[in-house]
Amino acid sequence: MLRYIVKRVLEVIPTLLLITFFVFMFVRMIPGDPARLVAGVDATGDTIEVIREQLGLNKPLFTQYFNYMAGLFKGDLGTSLKTNRAVSYEIGLRYGNTIKLAAASLTWSCIVGILLGIWSGKNRSKWQDYTGMTIAISGISMPSFWLGFIVIMIFSVKLKWFPTTGAGSWKNLVLPAFTLGSSIAAIIARFTRSSILEVMKEDYIRTARAKGLKEKIVVWKHAFRNSMISVITVAGMQFGHLLGGSVVTESVFAYPGIGSYLLDSINYRDYPAIQSLILIFSLHFILINLVVDLLYAVLNPEIQLS
Amino acid sequence: MTKKKQKDQNTDFSTPFSEFTRKFKKQKTAIVAGGFILLLCVIAIIAYQIVPYGINEYDYSSILKGPSAAHWFGTDEFGRDIFSRVLCGTRISLSVGLVSVTTAAVTGTLLGLIGGYYGGWIDSIIMRICDTLLAFPGLILAIGIVAILGPGLYNVVIAVAIFGIPNFARLVRSTTLQLKNSVYVMAARSLGATDSRILFRYILPGAVPNIIVQYTMSIGSSILTASSLSFLGMGASPPTPEWGLLLSNGRNYMLTAMHVTIFPGLAIFMTVLSFNLLGDGLRDALDPKLNE
Repeated sequence: MLRYIVKRVLEVIPTLLLITFFVFMFVRMIPGDPARLVAGVDATGDTIEVIREQLGLNKPLFTQYFNYMAGLFKGDLGTSLKTNRAVSYEIGLRYGNTIKLAAASLTWSCIVGILLGIWSGKNRSKWQDYTGMTIAISGISMPSFWLGFIVIMIFSVKLKWFPTTGAGSWKNLVLPAFTLGSSIAAIIARFTRSSILEVMKEDYIRTARAKGLKEKIVVWKHAFRNSMISVITVAGMQFGHLLGGSVVTESVFAYPGIGSYLLDSINYRDYPAIQSLILIFSLHFILINLVVDLLYAVLNPEIQLS
Repeated sequence: MTKKKQKDQNTDFSTPFSEFTRKFKKQKTAIVAGGFILLLCVIAIIAYQIVPYGINEYDYSSILKGPSAAHWFGTDEFGRDIFSRVLCGTRISLSVGLVSVTTAAVTGTLLGLIGGYYGGWIDSIIMRICDTLLAFPGLILAIGIVAILGPGLYNVVIAVAIFGIPNFARLVRSTTLQLKNSVYVMAARSLGATDSRILFRYILPGAVPNIIVQYTMSIGSSILTASSLSFLGMGASPPTPEWGLLLSNGRNYMLTAMHVTIFPGLAIFMTVLSFNLLGDGLRDALDPKLNE
């Protein structure tokens, strides 16, 4: 078990290095001179030279990468071109909002998705199943920005229950979290259903039924528990989806998180910020995947043996 | 007499394809979805000939008017007919989906075949690159690529294609690994078949069912991603009637003219939904393990 954990943790290191390298190359892959890009269109030749010096662009690529990595370890993500403040500071202002949004979305989508999946699965080929799965496939196919507009129109404009934009109170969180979580709830529902159907075929379910247990206990104690192992994996993998989706959702609701900050930075061509945000999104994704894998190993007895 | 007997035997014999058509006929929803996709393809081809108004035909006397007999989906802020624009947008969204996913499928399949078959360092390099691409959350990767290449529809196609590659590569690689040691592949090899013949004649057909399902599902999600990028201002630029762009344009008039956002969104939703339903049906029909 410990060997598996160590091996899995070590496996992350090359991926992390590759990601930082990709992100490091990011500014250098944009056609044109990075120093000129950073300096702005109307900068003079001297300014560009100073910036080239500051960014270390006149040094060999390997040294540049080494310095970049050294900066990362110290938490130095560079300086925002827009505000002239540290990018880490700018991100810090918005980070909490996105985490709140992501946590709220993941929580509701897991609960609703799993319940919907079980409801469909245990009523296989009945109307409950068709209803559940129609909702699920619609959730996957719905453009989140469209869903966002629809809920704004219904719940903010018509019913005036929630504010349309902004952050702060829990009321600001409801509509964005609903929008962001809906496709994930749908994916989890579909997966839970197929996983429940898979487990329902097992011998121990037949045994449980044969010894006269109530259907409720069979479903919740035997089928549910065993199907959850794979559902957790899928739910964890959806976290990446959540991060990507947060860019769109935060834009629709003008929610001040790191997703809308990424858009602002792209519009302003604030390359140090874009670079750092892509790095942060990927780091979260990798770490979550790692945690999910380890959790899976702890929960699944088959892996422990091998 | 002998001929008739032979014919009977032939009809009894079920090929994988006849098995597939028999199972697929039972997938009513998928058939309807497939029909809708065909309709969309026809619209994509002939839209410019059949639309009642030109896509850039301004009419300042009817600005932001709701749906009516003259304008089925209403008009936008320049009095342009939204129905005509949505119809013409079909061509853009379908081509973006098809081109990006086809590129991803061909590249990913080749990489998966090569990696799975030859193994060793080639496989390690291919898989490591795929892992890295998959380590970026999908939309973030696409946004990053567009940030490098600059906004525009072509760059969106490239971005969506790149993040589709690892999915196909992994899928095909795992089938290749399963099949390369199967008896019939070993037989082909001992008969002196070349590597490329083994890969394309014997292993690739085994991966085709999975590729078809992944392909169909990916078109739906690619259309969704591409329209998201356009919505965020990184894809098509005005006055292109791209659905995501139409929707993003409508956000300014959300309170006064809902129809500007409703109809383009509905078009995206219906299109993506039909590709997903078709993909589901194909998977159920192609999966030999699934009991009826």
